[in-house]
Amino acid sequence: MVSEMYDIKEYYEAKNLEQALETLAADPGLTVVAGGTDVLIKMHHGRIEKARLLSIRRIASLAGITVGADVTIGIGPLATFTRLSRDEQIKENLPILVEAALSMGGPQIRNVATIGGNICNGATSADSAPTLFALNARLVLKSKKDERIVPINEFYLGPGKVDLLPGEILTEIRIDPADYRGFGGHYIKFSMRKAMDIATLGVAVTCRLAGGDAFADVRIGLGVAGPTPLRCREAEEFARGKVVSAETIAEIGRLAVKSTRARTSWRASREYREHLVVELVQRALKTAVVRAGGVEIA
Amino acid sequence: MSYQVIGKSVKRVDAVAKVTGKAKYTGDFVEKDMLVGKILRSPYAHARVKRINTEKARALPGVEAVLTCADVPHIKFATAGHPYALDPEHRDIEDRLILTDKARFVGDAVAAVVARDELTAAEALKLIEVEYEELPSLLSVEAALAEDAPAIHEDRPDNVIASGGYAYGDLEKSMQESDLIFEGEYETGIVQHCQLENHNSYAYVDGENRIVIVSSTQIPHIVRRVVGQALGIPWGRIRVIKPYVGGGFGSKQDVCLEPLNAVMTLAVGGRPVRLELTREECMIDTRTRHAIKYKIKTGVSRDGKINAVHITAISNNGAYASHGHAIASSGGAKFRYLYTPQAMKYEPRTVYTNLPVAGAMRAYGCPQIFFAFESHLDEIARALNMDPIALREKNLVQVGHKDPLSDTRVLSCGIRECIARGRELIQWDRKKALYKNQTGDRRRGLGMACFSYQSGTFPHNLEVAGARIVLNQDGSVQLQIGATEIGQGSDTVFAQMVAEVLGITVDMVHVISTQDTDVTPFDPGAYASRQTYVTGMAVRKAALEVKEKILDFVRGMTDIPAGALDLREGNVVYAHSGEVVMPLAEVAMQSYYDPVFSSPITSDVSNNARINAMPYGATFAEVEVDIKTGKIEVLELFNIHDSGKIINHQLAEGQVYGGAAMGVGYALYEQLLFDEKTGRPLNNNLLDYKLPTIMDIPDIKAVFVETNEPTGPFGAKALGEPPAITPAPAIRNAVLDATGVAFRRLPLNPQHVFEKLKEAGLLDRDGE
Amino acid sequence: MLKRISFTVNEQEVSMEVDVRESLLEVLRNRLGYTGAKKGCGVGECGACTVLVDDTPIDSCIYLAVWADGKKIRTVEGLAKNGELTEVQKAFVDEGAVQCGFCTPGLIMTTTALVERGEKLSREEIKRELSGHFCRCTGYKQILHAAEKCLNNICKSNEGQQVNREDN
Ligand SMILES: Cc1cc2nc3c(=O)[nH]c(=O)nc-3n(C[C@H](O)[C@H](O)[C@H](O)COP(=O)(O)OP(=O)(O)OC[C@H]3O[C@@H](n4cnc5c(N)ncnc54)[C@H](O)[C@@H]3O)c2cc1C
Ligand code: FES
Ligand code: FES
Repeated sequence: MVSEMYDIKEYYEAKNLEQALETLAADPGLTVVAGGTDVLIKMHHGRIEKARLLSIRRIASLAGITVGADVTIGIGPLATFTRLSRDEQIKENLPILVEAALSMGGPQIRNVATIGGNICNGATSADSAPTLFALNARLVLKSKKDERIVPINEFYLGPGKVDLLPGEILTEIRIDPADYRGFGGHYIKFSMRKAMDIATLGVAVTCRLAGGDAFADVRIGLGVAGPTPLRCREAEEFARGKVVSAETIAEIGRLAVKSTRARTSWRASREYREHLVVELVQRALKTAVVRAGGVEIA
Repeated sequence: MSYQVIGKSVKRVDAVAKVTGKAKYTGDFVEKDMLVGKILRSPYAHARVKRINTEKARALPGVEAVLTCADVPHIKFATAGHPYALDPEHRDIEDRLILTDKARFVGDAVAAVVARDELTAAEALKLIEVEYEELPSLLSVEAALAEDAPAIHEDRPDNVIASGGYAYGDLEKSMQESDLIFEGEYETGIVQHCQLENHNSYAYVDGENRIVIVSSTQIPHIVRRVVGQALGIPWGRIRVIKPYVGGGFGSKQDVCLEPLNAVMTLAVGGRPVRLELTREECMIDTRTRHAIKYKIKTGVSRDGKINAVHITAISNNGAYASHGHAIASSGGAKFRYLYTPQAMKYEPRTVYTNLPVAGAMRAYGCPQIFFAFESHLDEIARALNMDPIALREKNLVQVGHKDPLSDTRVLSCGIRECIARGRELIQWDRKKALYKNQTGDRRRGLGMACFSYQSGTFPHNLEVAGARIVLNQDGSVQLQIGATEIGQGSDTVFAQMVAEVLGITVDMVHVISTQDTDVTPFDPGAYASRQTYVTGMAVRKAALEVKEKILDFVRGMTDIPAGALDLREGNVVYAHSGEVVMPLAEVAMQSYYDPVFSSPITSDVSNNARINAMPYGATFAEVEVDIKTGKIEVLELFNIHDSGKIINHQLAEGQVYGGAAMGVGYALYEQLLFDEKTGRPLNNNLLDYKLPTIMDIPDIKAVFVETNEPTGPFGAKALGEPPAITPAPAIRNAVLDATGVAFRRLPLNPQHVFEKLKEAGLLDRDGE
Repeated sequence: MLKRISFTVNEQEVSMEVDVRESLLEVLRNRLGYTGAKKGCGVGECGACTVLVDDTPIDSCIYLAVWADGKKIRTVEGLAKNGELTEVQKAFVDEGAVQCGFCTPGLIMTTTALVERGEKLSREEIKRELSGHFCRCTGYKQILHAAEKCLNNICKSNEGQQVNREDN
């Protein structure tokens, strides 16, 4: 029979989180699979061979989106990008995440790809990452014995490498009210195509204003500006307390580059990416200012 | 002339099959116990295969055969989808082996496996041990043409496949007499067809010991011949069947899989073997569009009359000849029908390199040469301070123009009207004035470009076409043609032609969309925009013959002279009044079952079209350039075509939208990239190769200027390929208009645009 | 590794053993004969393999067959009833949205899901919803027209229903 198959040696399906953690504790070599849009592609290209998979996709408790009493937002790692883009809570509280979600892949991919998979895959081009960086997201990582909370800024260790210990599963992405209330934000995915494309650069900027005309807080998360997603601390520091003006914003754009470690690849040169950082950070910030209640800066 | 069916937007005859999933493509057929074939590809761009050890692969359970160069016929063959030429001088270059002992590009097939399933086949490929001797790889035409470059093919020591061009007039004199001389260099990229259905075939040996190959091909009859040649067996022993095809655009006008597939089934005792390429394979081991570099020198008088044109070109053919020099050659030949310099010289060279094989792709060499020349013309217009339209209008051909180098004459030509329509639709004069002297970060511009093309390949190649019609008992007909439907809509257009001649409705014409070389009339296939024009002649001829036979039969029944009769609305009628003599179905029944005169009505004709006709057209584009990021947005795009009489407007518009979209991709997004050192493909998948999505294509508008081509069936000329020719130069010229920067290389992707704008100082304002 | 799964395909109950290595696309095409779903890439890029899982369009080439357990699968073969084309299929025919037809089944499934969702969408939103399908033949224009045509009809018929309800 002619049938193209995935090189899967073993396959397990967890019914609930306990079972998943149990299975993973007993056999930490299993590869967790959620939507599979990264894992299966790697198999197709032979980058994962003789896979041993643990599917967590049927664990309903990991798919929810909740807002706690203290208005901390909890996003289940199995929330798909489609779900994120249509969720009323997310739309109301984290519109920038909706922008990021809709910029990702195409509809069929968004219908299965999960935000947890996006993060845990460790790619610098992950479209949710710059935004989650700007939102100071915290990741809840559980193993059979332990639970720890890691800020997303510390989660990425290198290209394709994240701080997941053997036996651990990402069970929630948390965003504190202090990191989104009163902020305006904007995500720009710069890519050649308007859909079905990997970012040449991902720029997420959020900001809060003080007294309407000064920056209280600016946060800049970038994707593909280095081997991992990153924040632009120097530019953010500079912004604090500065009057909102074209000059300030231009300076923020220029300073943002200092935090980047872009490299030249066949996809884009370092020079071009750095140029884009300067330009797009400004553009994203200008939109974010308006959304934070400020005036439009030409 | 008034027609009943011609010129109407009748629905595609295959639309229902395609929206219900009933249309069967090559991959949709399953034979019992089908095996899977897979190819082992060279990781090196240029390397001799010193030794292959297949022992471990053969030992793997589930592996049925392992093939290397030594196990398959060692006959060099040509793959190009051209009709066979009796004249050996005119044949395509025979430089390919079914499996090679010398790899000439990354991905070249050095061995193959037949196994019970994909995974086993893939596993077996890994077990084949190949020892290579690496050779210097020649990854650019410059490297291939260097003095000390090694030969990619032994019988072409200089790596030049061919260099024939043409010349007419006294070039030197005409240059000297010109007030001004302009020079420019232009370059196009390598792109790929990306038809949605990858190359796919399966083969088995039938009960009569013949090899049956079901293949997604544009050229079933040519496949049969080439498989026969490659295997060294009589052509009659091969049967090729073409089901529905999911697009080709030229990549399936070449014999890519079938000889190997035939060898595979022979290696397993005739059991069915499927050979299907993955997208990654398809993008490197079928065909690509030639990247061509041009140098143009043009002599012009001060008032814009083009006196002399000298074009030299180097065409990057990749590792094997395929269509070879025919691409550069044909582009140059089609170019001759647009402008009228007194003297012209065209010197193309086609060169082997260690890159994937370039072959036929929609508009066959024309997107390249028109990108170069139409870009060049806009630079001349700027230098002369002339409107680009005015410059072109001064130099366009007219009806009656005779090609200085052949007997071909222009008998219909709507290019002036096309330009006039475009100018008005895009509001050229108003916007040109509006967009003068812009300084902002977003700048707009207008551009246009013109083309000429041909309808089929005469006089270069044979243009024979076959059609067969059978009148059924109910007055409907079956139509068989040798030319293939691959999505372009030819089956529907043929049905319209038959319906028109026989006075019946299109649903009474049953088109057999499958070609089977055992039963279908001979026709080389789908290419060169030849079908409506060339095959259309055969279809019309077949229909006229059936009509004549019907009327003659009625004369036998009624004694009314055939000349007094006609066919209308399913009836035989008096020609002068339309009065019904009898329903066509009645004639049909009599023709089958009359005890004395029974003689079912059929026709089976061939037509050798020893003529050609030139379609024309222009693209008008408006763009906005985001100066800071280098992104170009196409705001408007009009493609205006003179393709003679349009047989079916809806289908014709579809061809224009699709072709122009391909042109937009060519202009802005698409390029197949290779590692500069190793020649490894970098983006041979649809995520990294930037095929445009629905969000990236502007609202393209299709406009037709309908002329009447006296040589074409119902006045028609070619349309399929031309829409892809001029979007790129029109967009490029619009960018020049917007920014003042002359781009000379495709594609105009954001980084390329950024770099050029920076070089031109347009980003300097912020001191960057 | 084999697993028994149960699901429906076009309302037919199916219970079968699948190899855990198989994609839903391969099972539909090669085991069950639903060849309407096409393979253009096998890695989620082209959309030719799109089918509806619980009425949601997904790329069936990167969806393991075992994941279909308990799900409702719909393919292009299940749309027309008694030879009567659906509005979406008719719109694709009438608008000339079909050329080679290889992308067509996938696009029809996505459009069907959109129509069934019943939301009013702008032209740009419709484009975004169709952006997971490559088509090399059509330049997308007539596809967009077909989708707009049936989405507009839906909106019209929704409005009609509302008017009726108010009338009652
Ligand atoms: C055609 C196509 C287009 C794409 N376009 C984009 C794009 O535009 N932008 C973008 O960012 N990405 C894109 N992707 C990549 C991919 O879809 C995303 O990264 C997606 O979010 C991955 O999610 P998933 O659920 O499918 O992950 P999976 O493939 O299931 O898993 C990905 C990785 O995360 C691990 N993992 C998953 N969930 C958990 C968990 N809860 N705990 C611990 N580890 C876990 C897995 O072990 C694996 O290593 C695209 C992919 C394809 C095929
Ligand atoms: S075959 Fe599934 S997306 Fe291409
Ligand atoms: S119709 Fe051919 S790919 Fe869409």
